[in-house]
Amino acid sequence: MGDTKRSAGRGSRLLGNRAVLVSTTSTILFFIAVAVVVALAPGSDIVGERFLNWVHLKQSLLGTATAPSVAEAFLLNVRMFMIAEAIILVLALVIALVRGVPGPVFFPFRAVAVVYTDIFRGVPLILVLYMIGFGVPGLGLGYVSTRSDITYGIIALVLVYSAYVAEVYRAGIDSVHQSQTAAARSLGLSRWQSMRFVVLPQAVRRVIPPLLNDFIGLQKDTALVSVLGSIEAARAAQIYGAEQFNYSAYVVAALLFVLVTIPLARFTDHLIARDRRRREAGGAAPGALGTAAGAPHDVPGTIG
Amino acid sequence: MPRKLVAVLAALLVLAVACGEASDDSAGESGAQGGCELSDPPTLEGGTLTVATDRPAYPPWFEGSPKDYSGFEGDLAAAIAERMDLDIKWVVEPFNKSYAPGAKNYDFDINQISITPERAQAVDFSDGYFNNNQGFLAAEGSDIGGATSLGDLEGAQLGAQVGTTSLAFINERIQPESDPKVFDTTNDVKSALESGQIDALVTDVVTTVYLRDFEIKGTEVIGQYPTEEPFGMVFEKESPLVDCVNQVLEELKGDGTLDGLQEKWLQDYLGVPELSD
Repeated sequence: MGDTKRSAGRGSRLLGNRAVLVSTTSTILFFIAVAVVVALAPGSDIVGERFLNWVHLKQSLLGTATAPSVAEAFLLNVRMFMIAEAIILVLALVIALVRGVPGPVFFPFRAVAVVYTDIFRGVPLILVLYMIGFGVPGLGLGYVSTRSDITYGIIALVLVYSAYVAEVYRAGIDSVHQSQTAAARSLGLSRWQSMRFVVLPQAVRRVIPPLLNDFIGLQKDTALVSVLGSIEAARAAQIYGAEQFNYSAYVVAALLFVLVTIPLARFTDHLIARDRRRREAGGAAPGALGTAAGAPHDVPGTIG
Repeated sequence: MPRKLVAVLAALLVLAVACGEASDDSAGESGAQGGCELSDPPTLEGGTLTVATDRPAYPPWFEGSPKDYSGFEGDLAAAIAERMDLDIKWVVEPFNKSYAPGAKNYDFDINQISITPERAQAVDFSDGYFNNNQGFLAAEGSDIGGATSLGDLEGAQLGAQVGTTSLAFINERIQPESDPKVFDTTNDVKSALESGQIDALVTDVVTTVYLRDFEIKGTEVIGQYPTEEPFGMVFEKESPLVDCVNQVLEELKGDGTLDGLQEKWLQDYLGVPELSD
């Protein structure tokens, strides 16, 4: 996708004209087959009524006098996601860097980073939510214990996802060949400078797809924050469902999540494709030393 | 690629329309069930009445283990089985699943479920067996402790369990200044009240008294509001058994058995001052 100029006149870059025709036909046939099976199933009437009732789809999207609007509630998911994502990007990088700091003096810091990632990758998010959301206010610690449940929810999301994302960063950093650091050091860059200007720019670019993958997961997991009391999209759907005894509201919530996720997924694809093209074009990625494109003056073009 | 995407979307649309159309004619009809032979009730398993409720099940609605529940609802179901000359068997059914389409592994669900017209479009209800009032539980000595009307609760941070009529009641009748908090289970609402995340917990008045006496120290029931919502047993739509259960329920009401059960299990829970509008 993305580069329409190139694909014009010769079909999809990946498939070619004939292949596009075949793939389109097979896709249509596949979905017709699924539609027929679903429509002819003995329980299709009742399932259609409970999950895809037009009146309920519309009504739950907009809300009723007693049930909140799923669309409005979804804004809370987006808000939590945006705030959490910004904090996670920074915090996880710090953790990954701390984990990589050499020298015996820094052992305790490395140990803390390791223990942190081990624990928070292992503990289910819902448990962290309960411990932060019900535990911290229970402590009676003044300011710390009187924040809103949304704040506690975001803290829990940040704690868990930073552990994942730190590992993603670390994998990226480890994937940059030792010779890059060695070359940077031989040019007179300090350890920190070579990390900042040579290793990180390459590492981060490599891990953007898995990073975005984690963020799609984060986006969906914002729904779990509802256990602490606030009404986000999935909870709004649940309220509507319980009131009307109909699941259509869940379908509405699902569609809203998908609507946000698809552009993110396509954006990831786009970044991967662009990266591949750049590498195929022969130029090394910005930041890399020891190649034509890698002169130090164009180094700081980091997260490309 | 874009063409393929369009094709996928078109196919999805076909799918949605197919399901949507198929569903239109089945909507809105109420369950008209014919006569049911009490001597030969059409249960799932011959000789057994399979009854479902959620877990954990709370006293005084349920007492004891799922093998042989007692409590108000437990005893009521047992009495119905006895009148039909059937053995009783309990199974677990989460509230949110009780209205799912598809075959059920029980004859009916009894779980303090209020009868509403909207819900009655999706499932069949028995006649009511208890009239529920909304109750309000707050920390002892809190600002809203002296509330005498619903208006006094407008400024409070209220909390309720998802799927309860309490939540609809808050939104419709109290319309508080800040949105109510909503939780998965009564236990979670309890935690929120204990940790001060909410000022008052709203649920049926019986449960509020139970929580005050046995679960959360230092709380008081501020009052109850007489909504008088009937609780009903939930059946699959068009279930032939509803009529039999209603016949038995009629008997139990007529000969004072139901009143006796209410007195035995719920008496201590109902003496709570009423709140005005």
